[in-house]
Amino acid sequence: MTVAVECAGLVKRYGRTTALAGVDLAVPAGTVWGLLGPNGAGKTSVVRILATLLHPDAGVARVGGFDVTRDAGRVRGSIGLTGQFAAVDEALTGYENLLLVGRLLELPGRRARARADELLARFGLTEAAGRLVKTYSGGMRRRLDVAASLVAAPAVLFLDEPTTGLDPRSRGEVWELVRALVREGTTVLLTTQYLEEADQLAQGIAVLDRGRVVRTGTPAELKAAVGGQTLHVRPIDPGDLTEVDRIVGEINATPGTSPREEVSVALAPGTSAGTVLAEVAGRLAAAGIEVTELGVRLASLDEVFLALTGEAA
Amino acid sequence: MNPVRATRHALVLARRNLTKFRHTPDQLLDVLLMPVTFVLMFVFLFGNAVSGDWRDYLQYVIPGIAVQALMFATLGTAVSLNSDLRTGVFDRFRSLPVARSAPLVGHILGDSVKYVLSIVLVFGLGAALGFRPHGTPRDLLLAFALLLGFAFAMCWIATLIGVLARAAEVVQALSLVLVFPFTFGSNVFVPTGKLPGWLQAWVRINPVTQVSDAVRAFVLGRPPGGAVTACLLWTAGIVVVFAPVAVAAYHRRSS
Repeated sequence: MTVAVECAGLVKRYGRTTALAGVDLAVPAGTVWGLLGPNGAGKTSVVRILATLLHPDAGVARVGGFDVTRDAGRVRGSIGLTGQFAAVDEALTGYENLLLVGRLLELPGRRARARADELLARFGLTEAAGRLVKTYSGGMRRRLDVAASLVAAPAVLFLDEPTTGLDPRSRGEVWELVRALVREGTTVLLTTQYLEEADQLAQGIAVLDRGRVVRTGTPAELKAAVGGQTLHVRPIDPGDLTEVDRIVGEINATPGTSPREEVSVALAPGTSAGTVLAEVAGRLAAAGIEVTELGVRLASLDEVFLALTGEAA
Repeated sequence: MNPVRATRHALVLARRNLTKFRHTPDQLLDVLLMPVTFVLMFVFLFGNAVSGDWRDYLQYVIPGIAVQALMFATLGTAVSLNSDLRTGVFDRFRSLPVARSAPLVGHILGDSVKYVLSIVLVFGLGAALGFRPHGTPRDLLLAFALLLGFAFAMCWIATLIGVLARAAEVVQALSLVLVFPFTFGSNVFVPTGKLPGWLQAWVRINPVTQVSDAVRAFVLGRPPGGAVTACLLWTAGIVVVFAPVAVAAYHRRSS
């Protein structure tokens, strides 16, 4: 397994504030990794250091094997960056924006023009190519922004909150795009506040809190390790909630807390989900309580997040 | 990064500014409208009062208004530079293998079109109203060079403002504070001798006065006296002081 992006003991301070307090990270080539964390956790600082925009105060960061401080030029040659705010020039057309990047990369004129056309087509912007970017919608801008970071066909792509502020449809489009890029072999590191996004896209997640990576793993591992399993029971008649709560409490030995629509409790460690479910079902039938939902689920990433950072996402 | 590549990057970015003028010519409007307003207003409103005859005043005021127009034009550089720094556009450039100096140099080169335009406009409008230069073609070229040189010096002050300001409004406010005392507290509109004594001390050392005097001398074919030397010293002085400070501030903001 080749490591495409690597951080060790990364520290960054702004005056007295410590933004990063020793971040370690390793992203295997050809995968999507999610850097998940609340506002101010240090996600953007990590990305800016990796993209050579910020110097770390201590620690090492390497992209494609090149050190971001000593070999910044080489790193810049192999990365693409899409920041939180669309870094495209509003007073130029979409085509001109991509052409500008191509020219800065010193592609020969014909190659730069062809690459711009190719990316516009791929991102569904061919029709809007000749329009000024200030007339674009938020989703179109973001797509153009991602397109601009792909002109050089970079091996590693950094996406800093790529879907913040986008409507659900545009968000889906960006997700599709990321999946397609990874199929082609690009390594993607994305930061997000949306657990769903990390869950949907990332093969690995690093949860960042107060400048430290507090947990790393696949989405499933994180859910299993932190949240464990929860039992959910939702009666048709909300009037039965108290009774359901009592039954579940007797079987699972951990009472639910003032249920409103459904009873949901963490399974006691060591209990078998199947046995508990069968027992609960039997008791409910005996009591004549009809339910719309009865099951055992892995904790959601939201619950994981809450458990790890003490903050709701 | 070798200088050839750095120059190439700067030229690509300068061309970007030109493309933008083509798309939105209204951003040239302030650069163009301002000198027109000042020429018409001062010549016809105050011309007779200051010089007895507006035709004489026209000969006097046109070179000075060219200097003023350039001050305003360089502030446009501050605004566009600042807007690039505040949006993510600069981050994009910096995450590419592009010379660090290129975005800055590109802006200045791209905006030099504005500088040339404002000089041509002021003298063109003056000529239409009856302004007649008396200098030789060589003198006129020298006057043009002095003006352009001064603009390239002033644009380092504009760059510093553009880099330091955290908001567009700050750029505007700082710009006005800078432009008004320098242009109105000079002999651009009123000859030094006709100003109150306490003001004359400031007016005499004001670089805008020196540049205006030098340009007037060349354009009107008069002996320049010490004005040309003073103008060159000011131009060089501003570059020597402000260029390194602006570049340092730029590197700080962009790291």
